[in-house]
Amino acid sequence: MGTLDLSIIDWSRAQFAVTALYHWLSVPLTLSLGFIMAVMETLYYRTGNEEWKRMTKFWMHLFAANFVLGIAGGIILEFQFGTNWSNYSWLVGDIFGAPLAIEGIMAFFLESTFFVVMIFGWNKTSKGFHLVSTWLTWFGATLSALWILVANAWMQYPTGTFFNIDTVRNEMTSFSAVLFSPVAMSKFFHTVTSSWIVGAAFVIGVSSWYLLKKRNIEFSHKSILIASVFGLAGILLTIFTGDSSAYQVAQKQPMKLAAMEGLYHGKNGTSLIAFGVLNPEKKVYNDSIPPFLFKMTIPDGLSWLAYHHLHAFVPGVQDLLDGSYLLTMANGEQIKPLTTDEKLTFGRMSHQAMIDYRLAKKDKNDSLMSVNRAIFDATSPYFGYGYVTSKAQLVPNVPLTFYAFHFMVIFGGFFLLFFVLLLYLRRKIQNMKWLLWVGIFSIPLAYLTSFSGWIVAEVGRQPWAIQDLLPTFAAVSNVPVSSIKTTLTIFVLIYTIFFIAIIGVMTREIRKGPESIK
Amino acid sequence: MDYAFFQAYWWFLVSLLGALLVFLFFVQGGQTLLYTIGKTEQERTMLVNSLGRKWDLTFTTLVTFGGAAFASFPLFYATSFGGAYWPWMLLLVCFVLQAVSYEWRTKAGNVFGHKTFEAFLLINGFGGLILFGIAVGTFFTGSNFTVNKDDLTQLAMPVISTWHTPWHGLEAVLNVRNLLLGFSIFFLARVLGSLYFINNIADDMIVKRSRKQVLRDAIAFLVMFLPFLVWTLFSQGFAVQPDTGAVFLEKGKYFFNFIQMPLVGLFFLVGVVSLLYGIFLGAFSKTSTKGIWFAGIGAVLSVLTLLLNIGYNNTSFYPSIYDLQSSLTIFNSSSSFFTLKVMSVVSLLIPFVLGYIIYVWRVMDKKQIDKAEMDEESVKY
Repeated sequence: MGTLDLSIIDWSRAQFAVTALYHWLSVPLTLSLGFIMAVMETLYYRTGNEEWKRMTKFWMHLFAANFVLGIAGGIILEFQFGTNWSNYSWLVGDIFGAPLAIEGIMAFFLESTFFVVMIFGWNKTSKGFHLVSTWLTWFGATLSALWILVANAWMQYPTGTFFNIDTVRNEMTSFSAVLFSPVAMSKFFHTVTSSWIVGAAFVIGVSSWYLLKKRNIEFSHKSILIASVFGLAGILLTIFTGDSSAYQVAQKQPMKLAAMEGLYHGKNGTSLIAFGVLNPEKKVYNDSIPPFLFKMTIPDGLSWLAYHHLHAFVPGVQDLLDGSYLLTMANGEQIKPLTTDEKLTFGRMSHQAMIDYRLAKKDKNDSLMSVNRAIFDATSPYFGYGYVTSKAQLVPNVPLTFYAFHFMVIFGGFFLLFFVLLLYLRRKIQNMKWLLWVGIFSIPLAYLTSFSGWIVAEVGRQPWAIQDLLPTFAAVSNVPVSSIKTTLTIFVLIYTIFFIAIIGVMTREIRKGPESIK
Repeated sequence: MDYAFFQAYWWFLVSLLGALLVFLFFVQGGQTLLYTIGKTEQERTMLVNSLGRKWDLTFTTLVTFGGAAFASFPLFYATSFGGAYWPWMLLLVCFVLQAVSYEWRTKAGNVFGHKTFEAFLLINGFGGLILFGIAVGTFFTGSNFTVNKDDLTQLAMPVISTWHTPWHGLEAVLNVRNLLLGFSIFFLARVLGSLYFINNIADDMIVKRSRKQVLRDAIAFLVMFLPFLVWTLFSQGFAVQPDTGAVFLEKGKYFFNFIQMPLVGLFFLVGVVSLLYGIFLGAFSKTSTKGIWFAGIGAVLSVLTLLLNIGYNNTSFYPSIYDLQSSLTIFNSSSSFFTLKVMSVVSLLIPFVLGYIIYVWRVMDKKQIDKAEMDEESVKY
């Protein structure tokens, strides 16, 4: 036994973040473009119009180039739980591993098998079978998203599980509780429907470029129409699921909500920040420096968002760490959550109970075992707090979470207006150069908005790998920092090469245009 | 059906995935032969397109193998991947390079040229196969780790699995038996790759060269595999005392496992014979294209039974030579009874999955790849 090098955690996190972001370059486009081209192929199937087939094939080429990038990133993410988060893998593998295995069995084979038919099967299978294959490829991708998001949601809100003191790990008690947890459902629908915006923006951006170049006019109008309808459906559903996600965060991860809003002191009827600039001087959660240099607010907005009740008390960072408060729920019921001091005490008690239990087990002292088991079972939901040495460790990076959240919301609003405008203007956009340029820039903007969502979700829940159960500090593998730095460098290098390659491949395919499709 | 049944069932499934993976390594084996069998650009295009319709099946099997190992034997997943960091990471790098190579290789906008992506395919072939074999070799020869669950409450160092060499897995390369298995897998995959080409491509030159290659690689495979097998069967194995769970060394353990589990032993022999028959068909028959099926089934049965051998009959499947009592068995490293049961229900889908894979394979491969198709087809790699 020695002492864990703390920089292992930062580098392991950096490696996970970098590989996850690269993976996310591909995934939202797969989830959305897959749907768009399946719709186009369905139109071809029903009308027999070769133009729809050509459109389908064109977008399919771009889909394929992007799809393989997702595969390249995905494999690292899966195995990284073992290579860099081995304690995590043992401690929660009983719950977390199952969705991953099911994802492989149910979704990955579906995607990869029918992807081949979709790309190469045009002349080898019937029209109907090919159409089914295209839909199944998209369905497989979406099903894969379901399972991995169920796993992620469980980390944010561990449910359907108990900490087994004998096996020294968390074990599943209810699969349906894990699968149908409200956080999992919100997360799945919010992530998938928000991904539709990326695909819609991609199709609109490419088509806008054609319109600017005054080529492929008919193709572009049709593509923009389908993408705008799809994008509008996506953003409306995203707003709806975003609202339920925020509600879940308020209930299950109030610290994340406080960071999202830069809220340090709560009150009854808390305002929502529409736009704000944080004060960079504020370094410590309990100093007296005001958190904002500037802010525009919506009165009572946060209370409504968080508790569906205009006068509800929303706790800020300092209330959560140092105070005690009463929460008024939507039905008027009042509850008093545990204070951080209480959770810290429970965390330490659970650690001590585990130590004493295991000693008693070695000594075969049954009565001492049962006493400590009882203490452990009562306090183990706060096991992670046993690793926390100062309350400040429990505060995530507020500026990053705050700005990412507001970027996401503001540009979510932009996309709502954008899709509505495109549907309203229809063919008139052809002569509106500025709007076509906006269309092109909507591609990177959609990605950045999507990334922001993940930053809110993942940075906002720090320091927890598993909420309340396991901080990242206790989740890592004990691998030398030099090794992690080396593998991270290798991945950055490879992914940079891939990024350059895919930009080259995609731009050339777009320049060649749908007319190059045989 | 008790807990032990489900632990054995999941070891069977993980072993089956591992065995199918070795069969599907014909893709990697074929990649290493791109320049040996493909002498012209057009021939290489045929080879790449032939393999290109299967590569993601191998890839998906690898990912599912990892996912199933994580879900059913999380202590193995945590200890091995977090400890033998380098071989696993390098293996993954080899596969990351493969994932984009088929699709981007001949794309017009590929700024790095097709040779770069062919080099990636070679790296994936050579590196992926040998590293995988070496990593699996440690299942028979042991590694340097300890597992101590008491460490979880050590605030300064809460990590329970510890690797005890600074090389984090690379030391496995120094073990001759690991190397023998590494190269066995490598040459076996090349045999399977050639047999697959014979089955999948209608081109006289490619078939002729493939048949020659089958024999060469088969000899190399036997030179590597037979010493590994004899050495492994008759040297010390990692046995488990059923009453106490204590691990101890027992001479000839793996040989006696085959004798004490006659069905496993029998299927191992059937696998070897089938593999050899497949090789014979590939190398010596003038017309048969069926060698891949006999060799493939043979490879699956042989690998499956070897893995069952080290998992069943009171054996440690992931032994520690640093601390024998930290060795992992299917009983001390598995998920809970509840989780294994839930996943077993999901596993009932596997025949359905295999069914549609076989159906699609047949539909897509009804006609062999030939030059004419490569010239006509607009969508190709």
